[in-house]
Amino acid sequence: MTSQVSSPAEQAEPADQQGGQSPVGGQRTGDGGKEIRRLDRVIIRFAGDSGDGMQLTGDRFTSETASFGNDLSTLPNFPAEIRAPAGTLPGVSSFQLHFADHDILTPGDAPNVLVAMNPAALKANLPDVPRGAEIIVNTDEFTKRPMAKVGYDQSPLEDGSLDGYHVHPVPLTTLTVEALKEFGLSRKEAERSKNMFALGLLSWMYHRPTEGTEKFLRQKFAKKPQIAEANVTAFRAGWNFGETTEDFAVSYEVAPATTAFPTGTYRNISGNLALSYGLIAASRQADLPLFLGSYPITPASDILHELSKHKNFGVRSFQAEDEIAGIGAALGAAFGGSLAVTTTSGPGVALKSETIGLAVSLELPLLVIDIQRGGPSTGLPTKTEQADLLQAMYGRNGEAPVPIVAPKTPADCFDAALEAARIALTYRTPVFLLSDGYLANGSEPWRVPDVDELPDLRVRFATGPNHVLADGTEVFWPYKRDPKTLARPWAVPGTPGLEHRIGGIEKQDGTGNISYDPANHDHMVRIRQAKVDGIAVPDIEVDDPTGDARTLVLGWGSTYGPITAAVRRVRTAGDRIAQAHLRHLNPFPANLGKVLEGYEKVVVPEMNLGQLATLLRARYLVDARSFTQVRGLPFKAEQLATALKEAIDD
Amino acid sequence: MTDTIAEGAASAPSALSLVPKTAVKQTMKDFKSDQEVRWCPGCGDYAILAAVQGFMPELGLAKENIVFVSGIGCSSRFPYYMNTYGMHSIHGRAPAIATGLAASRRDLSVWVVTGDGDALSIGGNHLIHALRRNVNLKILLFNNRIYGLTKGQYSPTSEVGKITKSTPMGSLDSPFNPLSLALGAEAGFVARTVDSDRKHLTEVLRQAAAHPGTALVEIYQNCNIFNDGAFEALKDKQQAQEAVIRLEHGQPIRFGLDQSKGVIRNQHTGDLEVITVTPENEHQVLVHDAHATSPTTAFALTRLADPDTLHHTPIGVLRNVERPVYDTQMSDQLDNAVELKGKGDLGALLAGGDTWTVVG
Repeated sequence: MTSQVSSPAEQAEPADQQGGQSPVGGQRTGDGGKEIRRLDRVIIRFAGDSGDGMQLTGDRFTSETASFGNDLSTLPNFPAEIRAPAGTLPGVSSFQLHFADHDILTPGDAPNVLVAMNPAALKANLPDVPRGAEIIVNTDEFTKRPMAKVGYDQSPLEDGSLDGYHVHPVPLTTLTVEALKEFGLSRKEAERSKNMFALGLLSWMYHRPTEGTEKFLRQKFAKKPQIAEANVTAFRAGWNFGETTEDFAVSYEVAPATTAFPTGTYRNISGNLALSYGLIAASRQADLPLFLGSYPITPASDILHELSKHKNFGVRSFQAEDEIAGIGAALGAAFGGSLAVTTTSGPGVALKSETIGLAVSLELPLLVIDIQRGGPSTGLPTKTEQADLLQAMYGRNGEAPVPIVAPKTPADCFDAALEAARIALTYRTPVFLLSDGYLANGSEPWRVPDVDELPDLRVRFATGPNHVLADGTEVFWPYKRDPKTLARPWAVPGTPGLEHRIGGIEKQDGTGNISYDPANHDHMVRIRQAKVDGIAVPDIEVDDPTGDARTLVLGWGSTYGPITAAVRRVRTAGDRIAQAHLRHLNPFPANLGKVLEGYEKVVVPEMNLGQLATLLRARYLVDARSFTQVRGLPFKAEQLATALKEAIDD
Repeated sequence: MTDTIAEGAASAPSALSLVPKTAVKQTMKDFKSDQEVRWCPGCGDYAILAAVQGFMPELGLAKENIVFVSGIGCSSRFPYYMNTYGMHSIHGRAPAIATGLAASRRDLSVWVVTGDGDALSIGGNHLIHALRRNVNLKILLFNNRIYGLTKGQYSPTSEVGKITKSTPMGSLDSPFNPLSLALGAEAGFVARTVDSDRKHLTEVLRQAAAHPGTALVEIYQNCNIFNDGAFEALKDKQQAQEAVIRLEHGQPIRFGLDQSKGVIRNQHTGDLEVITVTPENEHQVLVHDAHATSPTTAFALTRLADPDTLHHTPIGVLRNVERPVYDTQMSDQLDNAVELKGKGDLGALLAGGDTWTVVG
């Protein structure tokens, strides 16, 4: 899922539905006499109770995989409740990881391996797992009560319902407690390490490097060395269990994805972390202090947490009393000359709308970061969706145009933050950045950029008069615009002679004084629109390798990975399709209309009910076909490929 | 509590110490903008504007480092008439906006102008949080006990039973006592004054300006169109004798004709009471202590007035104590972070965590 790849390999991700793990690169025998098979890619899903530590387990396996040099893509999936009732279906938390020896684009449709820590995890995830796949179950939890809780009358491990799967029954809890008996921990304490036992076992199965995890555990529990050692011991016990037990006869190798990546230093990064770093980078590149006004909300809070760690970069993070105060404080800081940011999710945007309108009127730079989640209302706090596009586009009173940019992958959130800052600072306007829950929590390898490569975002504050009156007096007009960008001057308090008043009441063109004049209002409404319409954005690029495709698939935001994976499948199957992806949703790239005209059919996949399609139809009179899903999960490449194929054949 | 006060005092010697001083002598005229003032003729806001413009030169600050931020309502037009930096924002949000400005620019003197609807109704949340946070803001709350700009609906400070267009049979809800509310929100500086008493108003502004942290000044302001005479009891010379209690730090709380009345604490209930002072009970009269660590007596003073007749209304500075100032502490955290970790190195940050290298 490396967006930096210069020429994406045209290697299709094969359909996942076959399950199992088919070797591609031959096999050999390892030191323990066990067979080692080579795979080109694997999809693993860890699933357990909310309290089982599945997210941590997934994160660690991801880190091991990243440091090994595979390409990877992750999909954490967890309930909104912090501790949902134990052992129930709603309480199941999972983490899916797709890793490969080549360039991949999605967390994968269906797991090759499911680790199920309890009956609820098995029941909730089994429908996604194709026959032939491997299932590792913690048999200790398959007792009467936990099974009854999720409606298993008989044990699925014994009633034949798992026929066709390759099941590894492992008493994970018992083995963990046994391994830790020297530590003098209570049974309950010892049981907690069972996720590390599972991680050790999977690390053995896939030849993952283990030093990182051991170091991580010792750091995490630095203040409780006994717990640290217990976890390391459980982790090693899991590894050794794989090495010795006969049930695991085969282990797998997935070679590093050396050819998929351009030269450079890489790290694994999630969307929210990349976005946070992008904001800090923008602050440095603009030479302006960063001010974040925010109110905690899932799935955006991690940006508040991350930025709060970096006060030594001059970052002021302000946890406000509510969403409105979060953006209000940011706008106040923008008036004072900060690079101002507010972070939120859909419900928060609704509350911030009036202040965004004020920012449109004040014409001050302000970044509004919306990590979209399922809606309406509280909706699905921990699940992904793209249904705030029209809210960002139109969700304000009056004509209040706001530029919109959207990142396409987790790592791309870094560049998107810089681009949003560029627009805000150059054009003195609030800018929406539309990320989503999938990008925010998902991760992928990121080529760490050279700081010297980053764009120059420096701005010039106004320092003196910018207008001469008829009588020759030099004055400062806060709404006299730059003829090219139509931006107004940014005159920050503390600048002598430029004292001026701004506000939400309509202003006279130029002077900025209150004006109720009809012609002036008409002019101001149109000029604010013209300013946003005139923002320089790069042309959209179309990927059409044969040059004669008649169907175009056009996406925006986080659907980039699944759409691209689907396009590869369609092309591998011998069909022609063109692909383009929008980073800029307002204004659209200047060539978009022309691009759309060039295709007989335009398919627009979205995780909403067709919001981009609506905009395209209104703007370009194009018969855009929507393909939509609002399941709180990213598209599966296979389903998308089918939809694209249907459109091509239609 | 003593410790925190000492800490706050150490890091925030004065509200204005970081604000650049003016190089030239200023007059009231320097603070008048070129905009025509558009309040109704006879509005109390004119008097407040004149008092503020007249007081500003006394601060001796560089004009460009003064900012007035307002919300929505009649009073919120105020920034347009001040020849300083200013922002007329949206309804109720001025304290939030000013918080971001003040917290990121400690070299500014930031003033919030708001009204009873703006600050206590739609913006109530921001007001209480600004007060508890103690950002370096001076909040001027023009209280006219009515909605003026929307033409005369009752406000959160209107008396119960108020007949207005929206309450033809009388309003049902009990009013806020803004100063009680402010004290409950941990305000360190709480004062009340009256639009028509320029001398008193100026003295209160003087103390508010010098206070490090948030200062709340409630200004009783007459709306001569929709609620004329709301504060007549405090303005009419004769009535004022009975109605107004002028508080001065360190002075016995006495008022009335020939200072014949005094405020004492009821030994049984702890409440405050008004008595007629005699040589026998004179020693019981409370001495006003604006710097008292506990807000208890200040709170009791805010409850003294009769909400209907306004008799026994204390004016002046009820509470003036130093607490840790938010923006100072925020800035200290930034400095400490640099001291601990060194100045942020972007290259090192981006390349942090587990990395691997791909060689072409």
